[in-house]
Amino acid sequence: MNAVEPPQSANAAPPGSSEAPKAQAWGDHASATLRRVGATRRIAAACVATVLLGGCAMGPMREDPFEPMNRVSYKVHQQIDGKIVKPVAEAYVQYTPTIVRTAVSNFFGNIDDMFSFVNDVLQGKPDKAGNDLGRVITNTGFGVLGLIDIAGSANIPKGNEDFGQTFGVWGIPQGPYLFIPVFGPTTVRDGSGWLIRGYASPVNFINDAPTRDVLWALNLVDLRASALQTENVLNQAALDPYTFIRRSYLQRREYLVYDGKPPPPKEDEQ
Amino acid sequence: MTFDSKRRAVIGALRLCAMLAALVAVPAFAQEAPDALVKRVSQEALSIIKSDARVQAGDQAHIRDLIEAKIAPHFDMDRMTALAAGRAYRQATPEQRKRLADEFKSLLIRTYANALNQYRDQTISYEPLRAEPNSTEVTVRTQVNRPGQTPVSIDYSMEKTPSGWKAYDVIVGGVSLVTNYRDEFTQQVRQGGIDGLINALAAKNAAPPPAAK
Repeated sequence: MNAVEPPQSANAAPPGSSEAPKAQAWGDHASATLRRVGATRRIAAACVATVLLGGCAMGPMREDPFEPMNRVSYKVHQQIDGKIVKPVAEAYVQYTPTIVRTAVSNFFGNIDDMFSFVNDVLQGKPDKAGNDLGRVITNTGFGVLGLIDIAGSANIPKGNEDFGQTFGVWGIPQGPYLFIPVFGPTTVRDGSGWLIRGYASPVNFINDAPTRDVLWALNLVDLRASALQTENVLNQAALDPYTFIRRSYLQRREYLVYDGKPPPPKEDEQ
Repeated sequence: MTFDSKRRAVIGALRLCAMLAALVAVPAFAQEAPDALVKRVSQEALSIIKSDARVQAGDQAHIRDLIEAKIAPHFDMDRMTALAAGRAYRQATPEQRKRLADEFKSLLIRTYANALNQYRDQTISYEPLRAEPNSTEVTVRTQVNRPGQTPVSIDYSMEKTPSGWKAYDVIVGGVSLVTNYRDEFTQQVRQGGIDGLINALAAKNAAPPPAAK
């Protein structure tokens, strides 16, 4: 998957990395070459996208060429979710004391912060990196491996960068939209980011297989529990939840990639 | 005697003051700055959520009435509907436009009523308005802070109208309501034309709301 490779185009080098001054020293020739590499990469990506589009002409929208397949996935997801994941999450909320659930959320939030720090660095955002690293150190060290969000009480803002956003900042297109059962909405770019994250997560380095599996399951239940109320609103708001989720997801990701300042949408109406 | 007439004069003066204040207050209200308007309406809504017993009991019909009376007037439903329905709206008859706007409004009110019980224990912070003094379109930015969670931004796209500032889009955490509905409306129009869309909205509004949590 090409989205996983680090970027090599000159304009994508994060500020402060060694890449930028080097490109200047090499002069125009070198940066032009680098730019050409970037262009080739973009053309290659465009070709892949064209092939994907051609192979699935049913999809009415460019961003969701696999819509028929995704809709089947969505139905499967609804079944698995309605019969297993959601009831478990509801029972979890009902029978687990709030203090325990908060600790669980904080524990996984601390892992999020760790990855947020890594991605702050990859995106060249020293201020955010400082905050997130501060959070991880504080909460891991003084907050019992992240169970207590001490940094939050101290008002250190929580970052939310991830690999998918980093790829977006680097200029890698999001690729086709995907709906994956249990996992939910994603894109090729964001999904690649989650795969990296899944392999690199501290949970994955736990040697005891049962503990590892319990933690993954708990992570899923914690995430699902946090979405219980939103889901209710979604069902009230949407004529077609599939379309609603897709547009919400893609808008949200765009917003996050641009750190809350996405370019204005094309005003084609009115 | 003199005491009584003095008292009457004082009462008369007070009454006059009250009337004048009312006269002055009405136009001042209409010209309320967009950020001040958002703040006032949000605070009002929050205080209702916290104090109204029927809201807390989850009386959906009552909640919808309150939203209709207190919040809906500050939205430009025609513009929201036009933005969400796009070309289909421009090609629709005035009667279709009205029905579409009415159904869309009902749906939004029902959705908001459903979402309202999530707003307990929340505080809202308001960012200073960055806009030219005589601009007619602004974005009012707010942030909803929930204990133990990342804050969510709620931005209101607003326009100046003869009857005060009105919102025509709400952007929650970067997700624009109008943009979301544009996809939904396009899909319905493609399947059954503008009447198909109106009927789909009407059917949705007639259905009982999803079980409240």
